[in-house]
Amino acid sequence: MTVQQMIDSIPLTVFHLDDPGHLVEGGYCGDLLSWVMGRAPAGGAWLTIMSNVNVAAVASLTDTACVILAEGVIPDAPLLDKAKAQGITLLGTDLPVYDCAVRLGRLLEP
Amino acid sequence: MKDLSLHLLDVAKNSVAAGARHVSIALEEDAAGWLTLTISDDGRGMSPEFLAQVTDPFTTTRTTRKVGLGLPLLRLTAEQTGGSLDIQSTVGVGTALTARFFRQHLDCPPLGDMAGAVALLIQGSPDMELTYRHTTPRGDAALSTAELRDILGQDVSLAEPEIFAWIQDYLTEQENEAAVDPSPAVGIEGEVL
Repeated sequence: MTVQQMIDSIPLTVFHLDDPGHLVEGGYCGDLLSWVMGRAPAGGAWLTIMSNVNVAAVASLTDTACVILAEGVIPDAPLLDKAKAQGITLLGTDLPVYDCAVRLGRLLEP
Repeated sequence: MKDLSLHLLDVAKNSVAAGARHVSIALEEDAAGWLTLTISDDGRGMSPEFLAQVTDPFTTTRTTRKVGLGLPLLRLTAEQTGGSLDIQSTVGVGTALTARFFRQHLDCPPLGDMAGAVALLIQGSPDMELTYRHTTPRGDAALSTAELRDILGQDVSLAEPEIFAWIQDYLTEQENEAAVDPSPAVGIEGEVL
């Protein structure tokens, strides 16, 4: 599934879309950035409620396919700027983290 | 609480509730990346027994529910960055809270809108004397309600919307000039700084 297909299906709002054709191959949920840094899988969608600039650093390090800000959270200005500058796809949803993860999981089922 | 200004508001409202006449807020950022937040008041203070359990989430001054998370979460936030929370208090004298954060730690929240928080505190308790000073390696932002009163005259309420807006603008300008880049401990290219 591509990022664009995921955006259309869940659906998600777009704060910054770097590559609509990037494949999403899994997911990860977590908010403690130091914890996520060592665990989020490359190529996955990372669901979080954190919205500060360090999110961009973790997304970049872990090579996630995209970041999904759940629960209606919007990125603060430094995060959005950094996402644009670093080519990090930053998406959002009003859904709680769990509900969004369930939808993503169903979409990823073979 | 996703930024430190919300913690400041949360702690300072305890000072207001403790009947403080004077509240002093200091934020000091050093060149090594440590941020020290000190909030001291001359409120009624806490007994040693209450103080000993004040960061237990089941301790609270609330009467509507038995769980208070303000100080426990502040301690958690500080400790997650490698910092600490210390509270000194004497009944009848006042309370001083010191929270230390390592700003370059990945889990350190942003400062947030300190100017807005201070303006809100003053508007919410216009008769209280408040001093605020934020020092960084690049400069400082400071405000004192006593000085404001000297300029404005004693009969002008600091709760006026125009005063609120002025304080917010005045401090925002100073904050922006003094701001240091809150770069994460991990660089965007992945190098550990």
